[in-house]
Amino acid sequence: MNKIVNDFSITVGTKNGSGSSTANNTILRSIFKMGIPVSGKNLFPSNIQGLPTWYTIRVNKDGFIARQDTNDIVIAMNPDSFTRDLASVTPGGAFFYSDDIRQPVTRVDISIYPMPVKTIVKNDPNVPTDFRDLVGNMVYVGVLAQMINMDLDKILAALTFHFKGKQKPIDMNFNALKAGAEWAKTNLEKKDPFQLEPMDKTDGLIMADGNTAAAIGSIFGGVQFAGWYPITPASSLAEALNDYLPVLRKREDGKHTYAIVQAEDELAALGMAIGAGWAGLRSMTSTSGPGLSLMTEFAGLAYYAEVPVVIWDVQRIGPSTGLPTRTSQGDLTFTHFIGHGDSHSVILLPGDVSECFDFGWQSFDIAERVQTPVFVLSDLDMGMNQWMSKPFNYPEAPMDRGKVLWDKDLEEIKGNWGRYLDKDGDGIPYRTLPGNKHPMSAYFTRGTGHDENARYTEDSDTYMRNMERLKKKYYNAAKYMPKPMLHSIKGATVGILAYGSTENAVLEAQYHLDKEDGIKADFLRVRAIPFTEAVTQVIEKYDQVFIVEMNRDGQMYQILLTEYPQFAMRLKSVAYHDGLPASAKWVREGILAKYEKAEGIKREAVALKKSSTGKTAAKAKAVSKSRKETKKPVKKVTAKSKSSAKTKRK
Amino acid sequence: MTEALPMAGAPTNVNLAGLTKNDYRGNPSTLCQGCGHNSISNQIISALYEMNTIPEDVMKFSGIGCSSKSPAYFLNRTFGFNSLHGRMPSIATGALFANTQMRGIGISGDGDTASIGMGQFKHIMRRNVNMVYIVENNGVYGLTKGQFSATAEKGLQLKHQGENPYMPVDICMEALVSNATFVARSFAGNSKQVKELLKAALAHDGIAVLDIISPCVTFNNQENAFHSYAWGKDHEEPLHEISYIAPRSEIILEREMEEGEIREVAMHDGSTVILKNLEKGYDPTNRFEALRVMEEAQRNNWLITGLLYINTTKPNLTSIYELVETPLNRLTEADLRPDRSAIDKVNALMF
Repeated sequence: MNKIVNDFSITVGTKNGSGSSTANNTILRSIFKMGIPVSGKNLFPSNIQGLPTWYTIRVNKDGFIARQDTNDIVIAMNPDSFTRDLASVTPGGAFFYSDDIRQPVTRVDISIYPMPVKTIVKNDPNVPTDFRDLVGNMVYVGVLAQMINMDLDKILAALTFHFKGKQKPIDMNFNALKAGAEWAKTNLEKKDPFQLEPMDKTDGLIMADGNTAAAIGSIFGGVQFAGWYPITPASSLAEALNDYLPVLRKREDGKHTYAIVQAEDELAALGMAIGAGWAGLRSMTSTSGPGLSLMTEFAGLAYYAEVPVVIWDVQRIGPSTGLPTRTSQGDLTFTHFIGHGDSHSVILLPGDVSECFDFGWQSFDIAERVQTPVFVLSDLDMGMNQWMSKPFNYPEAPMDRGKVLWDKDLEEIKGNWGRYLDKDGDGIPYRTLPGNKHPMSAYFTRGTGHDENARYTEDSDTYMRNMERLKKKYYNAAKYMPKPMLHSIKGATVGILAYGSTENAVLEAQYHLDKEDGIKADFLRVRAIPFTEAVTQVIEKYDQVFIVEMNRDGQMYQILLTEYPQFAMRLKSVAYHDGLPASAKWVREGILAKYEKAEGIKREAVALKKSSTGKTAAKAKAVSKSRKETKKPVKKVTAKSKSSAKTKRK
Repeated sequence: MTEALPMAGAPTNVNLAGLTKNDYRGNPSTLCQGCGHNSISNQIISALYEMNTIPEDVMKFSGIGCSSKSPAYFLNRTFGFNSLHGRMPSIATGALFANTQMRGIGISGDGDTASIGMGQFKHIMRRNVNMVYIVENNGVYGLTKGQFSATAEKGLQLKHQGENPYMPVDICMEALVSNATFVARSFAGNSKQVKELLKAALAHDGIAVLDIISPCVTFNNQENAFHSYAWGKDHEEPLHEISYIAPRSEIILEREMEEGEIREVAMHDGSTVILKNLEKGYDPTNRFEALRVMEEAQRNNWLITGLLYINTTKPNLTSIYELVETPLNRLTEADLRPDRSAIDKVNALMF
């Protein structure tokens, strides 16, 4: 039998609330500690106890750790999902199940391993009766460990971490796990090909979730105020602030330099954060879609009154309440235009856990520099799942507190200033903060029309001047935004543009498109809106740019269309919205479905020529010129990949 | 009546802070002539002047509506935030964390507080945010030209609205049941009482709610309406006479003493509120009694005014957080960013 080493997926089906997360995290962490690239994703229901829940682990020696949407090993612990779990195993895969589930096992194309989970726990005198179900989960970890060669020392390290070194629960769980392993050693014969072998590919990496990383990043950014309201999947971000602030900002006098307030709703959460931001504190809130809807009113105020504040949106999927425990990138256009009237938001798009940390502190610098709300769009997959990650890096830049005038600054300029006066020509005015004792310091902030000195006005010219300045300020903000990340392939003929947590899936798809479909694509991961020059350059460079994202309507695609109307025809939307973390399969299939051969591109060029009038002719010429340059490789690639692309396409 | 002791050689119109009344004024009012809100603004100016408050030590807040425009008409030297309809409480809650030495003054209306802002109103009460929360209560939406508000009495007739079919919200009652620590009601026409209650409210450490019946001269001033001058004057039932005694001017106390039952309430800053009870023998530290008096007034159609309730034993919001002495908004990177060694500590805390 051929061995398959360090390249497979494991999915565990359990009941929600059965305590399986400890067991599943133990598997994930043990494999990580064995040096093998790994990811774990919790696919859970919005429920406290009883509904089916799954945990899926991807092990991959090459570092491709996006969710794999096929299941090589399945562990079935839940009678309610047993039939479905059994059916989900790939042919040649392995199926472990708790033998108290009395349901027919009908497949012959996979390896079947019944496990006497209940009996093993029952026979352990050290497990109290009411702990049997919880500890029972460790038995399947033990059986699996034995069958795929998980290192027991690494498992112990994972348990020690999980139980924070408390010996009693560590022993209880580890003993049950060892009992499972020993039982498997004596009673099971290895029939499937899946094996782990230690590597060194996770050396120097850490494992963390994005919400914790965001909170810690915010602490290194000097967060002073957070108002929040509980919502899945964002709650753990504010909770992590409460956990880590006392540790990281501990003072000898026991006093605090921060305040976290759980508000009565999301309106108040952002209202408090804006109040604090207005008064000069580094201030934030964290929420998810439904909460963001409620925050819309205040977001508009902060935009118009120019109040710095940071808003984390850990996205879930759907309109209204939607699917509260499923992931997406569905809040992008909403955030982009959030608020009535004309408005534009500054948006940061972290792509992994270490970027959640980085944007945690950078978002405050940008918010205070630009004097505007900064939205950071994470998602459930990134926010709540454990990801292997680069360690957090200490902020490389000193804090940027933006344009603030204190008492002595006003003395120097003899109190001659205006709150909304564009003194520097960059659209960003100066502000003063409460507590400034200079008699000219105060101003009256409002969401109503105001002039350069913050006085109420309904004057048309003043209104337009102010709104044009806000627009200028927004586009100027691009220079403070993080640059996109380019994953380049030599000889690339098309572009892929994506953002956020899809990075792993896109990297893997990029690899397969190259090796198997003959399509060489540069991959640009956008990290902020307004777009930087680098984004423009990639779009300019290729005839086809695939915009990959996790929503129905292609929201980034929509924004790019409005920002780059001249390139509209080369942008192709690859959007998917099943609520599960992105997989390389759908990215690749989505791109193949939209990929156009030379004829298609010619058609576009004709259409462009037709539509171009005198004014835009020069631009069109430039476009077709750049197209000519890339024409050759496109043709070549298309010819080469014809047959494979055809079979893959549906 | 408290008066500042003039300093030797200083002009008499200068208070102990060295400021004239002009230093407390705002822009000219754009509200209707005769609006009760303007007289409240004037009393705010007088109270702060007489209390020698430095304008830069105050933050003023409001929501949306006629009342919420009024912070523009006093304290031009004070930072202000005219926020959103019904959302003043959350803005104030966050802002006051920036400098706990500063005092908040919020102006809201009956629509802003008792309708769209009811949720935030109740929560700022239970958090005991350190500010004076004034409701300029006229029972009507003025800026949108005369719709019923939630404090309008059942049966009120308005020109374009017909008859109000709903029961009213009693702002003081709502404040009290939400655990407010200072609840008072007054009538804009009774400027002496408004000013004394304002001073007491400003000296209170925690949330101080002042429900001031402030008739709308344009849309709701019929003689029989609860929120009208005529009705207010006829039906006002003061619980007591109230005097605020500033911490420095105890000498003046002698002059204020009168016969009858007197109750003193000591404030955190060392000042005193003296209540001279009328016939009721009223104890404003008794929450149960406060509810009874309000219920009784409602049944008898009285406009009960005065300090209904005070509790000086509850900590205000920011003091619960045990903040550093330096105002938070004066802290710098050295105070706020953990040092370089902390990053290794954090990475070690991860798996």
